Amino acid sequence: MGDHLLILEGLAATYNHAVRALSDISLTVGRGEVVALLGANGAGKSTTLKAISNLLHAERAQLSRGRIVFDGRDTAALAPAELVRLGLVPVLEGRHCFRALSVEENLVAGGIGGGLSRRAITRGLERVYTLFPRLKERRRSASGLTSGGEQQMTAIGRALMSRPRLLVLDEPSMGLAPLVVEKIFRTLKRLNVEEGLSILVAEQNSTVALRYANRAAVLEAGVTALSGDAADLRGRAEIRALYLGSPGESAAHLAALRGPSPANGDT
Amino acid sequence: MFEFQFFVEVLVGGLLSGVMYSLVAIGFVLIYKTSGVLNFAQGAMLLFAALTFVSLVERGVPFWFAIGATLVVMVALGVAVERVVLRPLVNQSPMTLFMATLGLSYVIEGVAQLLWGTQVHGLDLGIDDVPFEVGGVLISQFDLFAAATAGALVAGFALFFRHTRTGLAFRAVADDQFAALAVGLRLSRVWAAVWTAAGTVALVAGLLWGARLGVQYSLSLVVLKALPVLMLGGFDSVAGAIVGGLLIGAIEKLAEIYVGPLFGGGIEAWAAYVVALTFLLLRPSGLFGHKLVERV
Repeated sequence: MGDHLLILEGLAATYNHAVRALSDISLTVGRGEVVALLGANGAGKSTTLKAISNLLHAERAQLSRGRIVFDGRDTAALAPAELVRLGLVPVLEGRHCFRALSVEENLVAGGIGGGLSRRAITRGLERVYTLFPRLKERRRSASGLTSGGEQQMTAIGRALMSRPRLLVLDEPSMGLAPLVVEKIFRTLKRLNVEEGLSILVAEQNSTVALRYANRAAVLEAGVTALSGDAADLRGRAEIRALYLGSPGESAAHLAALRGPSPANGDT
Repeated sequence: MFEFQFFVEVLVGGLLSGVMYSLVAIGFVLIYKTSGVLNFAQGAMLLFAALTFVSLVERGVPFWFAIGATLVVMVALGVAVERVVLRPLVNQSPMTLFMATLGLSYVIEGVAQLLWGTQVHGLDLGIDDVPFEVGGVLISQFDLFAAATAGALVAGFALFFRHTRTGLAFRAVADDQFAALAVGLRLSRVWAAVWTAAGTVALVAGLLWGARLGVQYSLSLVVLKALPVLMLGGFDSVAGAIVGGLLIGAIEKLAEIYVGPLFGGGIEAWAAYVVALTFLLLRPSGLFGHKLVERV
């Protein structure tokens, strides 16, 4: 299993020990791979990503079953800060910039989170500014006052500061103009190709995600419903019907996909 | 009849005593901003600091050494409270946390009583309280000293938060705790730093208030003076705590002198609450605050 950087095995999770959010999630991310996590609203994408970064506790949720292995280590006992230092870094849904802090302070905070020295932080800033020149222009602005695209770049840049080996992004395209989305995905792909950064990205915008990903997994009510080669999935009719939007077909395909006993309890 | 010079004198006296309120309020704000806990025990910490200091001095410990020792004790107390009481309660409702600190304040008072006894102590910081005159207005020297000390403390914190890594981490945690967790900041370290700061504030406020009122158990009730300040300034703004403190101080004194006689006097103690409650109805988040008491 040496080529798998991240392995999820049969994850189940609940909120407040009551509401079930995940029932059976399994997936892998290989070294140097871009994997897309697709699915409708409430399918469990965000919960899966939070479980990976051990952030469920902060939202009164917990894993009830299953195992997560990052780079050969079971992550159950690791704090989020330790995972960041090991190279597993999340970019949260809704960007979550430190709104009152300047763009540059946001990036520095990422460096501090990664435990970098002052020198390394300076070098990291250079690198992020090369990737996102726009951030250099805006570096003194309070990030809460920058545009949605700039905030997403700040959030990604902040995560890159701690030198991740696996970047875990939750809906980076949310609320952004198509051109900006394209630009962000292109930058991510470039990091993947040039520096071997592995990427796991949850997206509702499956068109874009499938175009940049090597592989994809589709979640359906807390279960991994499908997974496979991205190019393959792109061509498959039921995926297109379900997640690329053509409402007439989707009901029938949904029934076909779900099979005889649908998992329940999802929000 | 209205005498301007007298008015100014009352106003200045009020503003300077307001600085003392700000000082207590800042202790609240620091902890509330970063952890969402409204630390009712701030008053008990203040008492504990003053009592420890006075008892050390009375036992012949030199002044500066006593200050250093008390600071160490306060930092230890703050960190212990965070670790033993609040950390296990992380993610509980704000009311649970508030009740925990309320209980805590009685425990701290009880322990202080066990350690240092119950008698009232005088505290002399070596500053004469002889008023001096500026353009016909009498100003208390002690009040001025207190204001300068508080100002220096706030300036020190401002520099710390602006220019150090821990300061940046503090602001990040205060801004978005979930994001801070996600980028790998260690919340426990930030909280330890915050409680250290709150312990320092408690020490300074305890010494100044102790010198003013004498070191006694009612000293912990100065928290009740801080609440209207926080309602006015906002629970999560240091600037709000300063401005709110000044306003409350000034309003209290002016109300006592100019409005009090209409009711037969004695309104100083509750005038601040009238103002704060009125303000609460008009602008619930305070002058500078983001939200009313609510965990982010």
